[in-house]
Amino acid sequence: MDATSRTRSDDAVVHARGVCRRYGPVEAVRGVDLDIRPGELFGLIGHNGAGKSTLFRMMLGLLRPDAGSLRIDGCETTAPAFRDTRRHIGYLPENVVLYDNLNAEETLRFFARLKRLERPGIGDALARVGLAHAARRPVREFSKGMRQRLGFAQALLGQPRILFLDEPTNGLDPEAIAGFYATLAQLRDQGTTVVLTSHILAEIQQRVDRLAIMASGGIRVCGSVQALREQLDLPLVFHLRVAAQDRAAVTEGLTGLAGVQLEDTPAGLRARCPRAGKMQLLARVGSLSARIQDLTLHEPSLEDVFFGFSD
Amino acid sequence: MLDPAQILTVAGKEFHDRLRNRWVLAVALVFTVFALVIAYFGAAQQGAVGFRSIHLTIASLVSLVIYLIPLIALLLGFDAIVGERERGSLDLLLSMPITRTELLLGKYAGLAAALTVSTVAGFGVVGLVLLPSLDAGATLRFAGFVFTSVLLGCSFLSIALMLSVFATDRTRASGLAIACWFFFVLVFDLLLLGGLVATSGRWGGDVFGWLLLANPTDVFRVLNIFTIDEMRSLHGLASVFPEALARPWLLVAVMISWVVVPLAVAARRFRNLA
Repeated sequence: MDATSRTRSDDAVVHARGVCRRYGPVEAVRGVDLDIRPGELFGLIGHNGAGKSTLFRMMLGLLRPDAGSLRIDGCETTAPAFRDTRRHIGYLPENVVLYDNLNAEETLRFFARLKRLERPGIGDALARVGLAHAARRPVREFSKGMRQRLGFAQALLGQPRILFLDEPTNGLDPEAIAGFYATLAQLRDQGTTVVLTSHILAEIQQRVDRLAIMASGGIRVCGSVQALREQLDLPLVFHLRVAAQDRAAVTEGLTGLAGVQLEDTPAGLRARCPRAGKMQLLARVGSLSARIQDLTLHEPSLEDVFFGFSD
Repeated sequence: MLDPAQILTVAGKEFHDRLRNRWVLAVALVFTVFALVIAYFGAAQQGAVGFRSIHLTIASLVSLVIYLIPLIALLLGFDAIVGERERGSLDLLLSMPITRTELLLGKYAGLAAALTVSTVAGFGVVGLVLLPSLDAGATLRFAGFVFTSVLLGCSFLSIALMLSVFATDRTRASGLAIACWFFFVLVFDLLLLGGLVATSGRWGGDVFGWLLLANPTDVFRVLNIFTIDEMRSLHGLASVFPEALARPWLLVAVMISWVVVPLAVAARRFRNLA
């Protein structure tokens, strides 16, 4: 698999070649090649222990690769100059831990000073995550969701060029999750590159431009969700709602189509169909429309793609 | 190249934290109360109460400081780094444009400032109470005692940060801190005396005095007791302690090295952890 396809590596905001990292005998990351384009919303997914966190920590310069080259915004993460690059990076760790003694505004001011930001935009960052009303409240009084939002506000300080978000929607309610992804979309439109990990695949499948699936320390596959679906050639799933007295006739009518598998469900029938046979199945369904009460079509989910590639 | 602004930012936050959670106030109160009680009732065993000469007061306070300040400093600093690591906030801090050395120094400076303010405020109150009875020399002697108390605190804080960098979790770090306190405050002198007795005094003389430098609490004791002629005579140890070591500047230099060396070891280890 060529993870760099469709990406000119000299343009890449994240550019990894042959990146390896061992912990004693364990090869946590092995030979990762990856390019992430400017203004891209990129997902990094994988089982626990697949190497995501190690790769993430190397991208942030928190860990040195044992081998290979890893450049962020054109700078090697091991170079002294990477210190300045960090000013343009926003990072939200998986379990964000902030300081209970500080209030929201003081928390952001502390991180803004560490980032040496002249115009940190603390008020804007708080407003963006919906915490303007809680600016003076001590963090110890914050709920998990509010802490997560404050952590996100911290990552947004100074309008970073790259955002690294590790499980960013942990503890957020559905409304906050929607707001979070809306903010990410705005940032992407403004040219910010976003790299995120998530275990909630349904949440990111409609939102990322591309993603990489990691397994056993390497990148198993990389591309857009649609491209990965096509690459895996997973079947489409049709759910047909059929009255009990019509099931036999509908089953008979759909039998014999190449590659189509039929199953009974409490509400009717489920038909798994190769992508290439979709129109043929639809035509057959049309001829049986008098007996079919409803039809829904499911594309393979990101979860299907994930399991397809990680098995 | 270290950036002082980054060190100050971290130090300011650490100091602010200790002020806000009333740590500074609580420790200052502990010092004040203990110091006043010891200064006033220090001679109760001899059947007298009340404030005595500054030398006797300092001698009493030295015992308090030797037990209390190392313990407070170790408790203050043992989780400075390992705590951040265990809570998961270290990665966020290190993702900022700050080096590990700057972070460590910032932590140290902030905690040292909190400890210094507590110590100076706590003993300052005692100093104010004693002030009417002090002449210029005695005032200077008491100021020297407070200064060396701060140095002692800073040296144990430095050791605490070193333990915090080396320890893999807070439990181990706290165990190491307590073991460290036992060793320097209770065990070290016993070992020296044991060695002296076991070798029938052959292993003693100047070597014994120099070995005291390997323990910051002994250096502190020496600075505040053995450098005062009256106190040396009183304790009957003038003959044991080598004359070459009875120089305050040398002992202060040793105390400072007890601040610098553990911190340098911690910084080196912390950098290598990357």
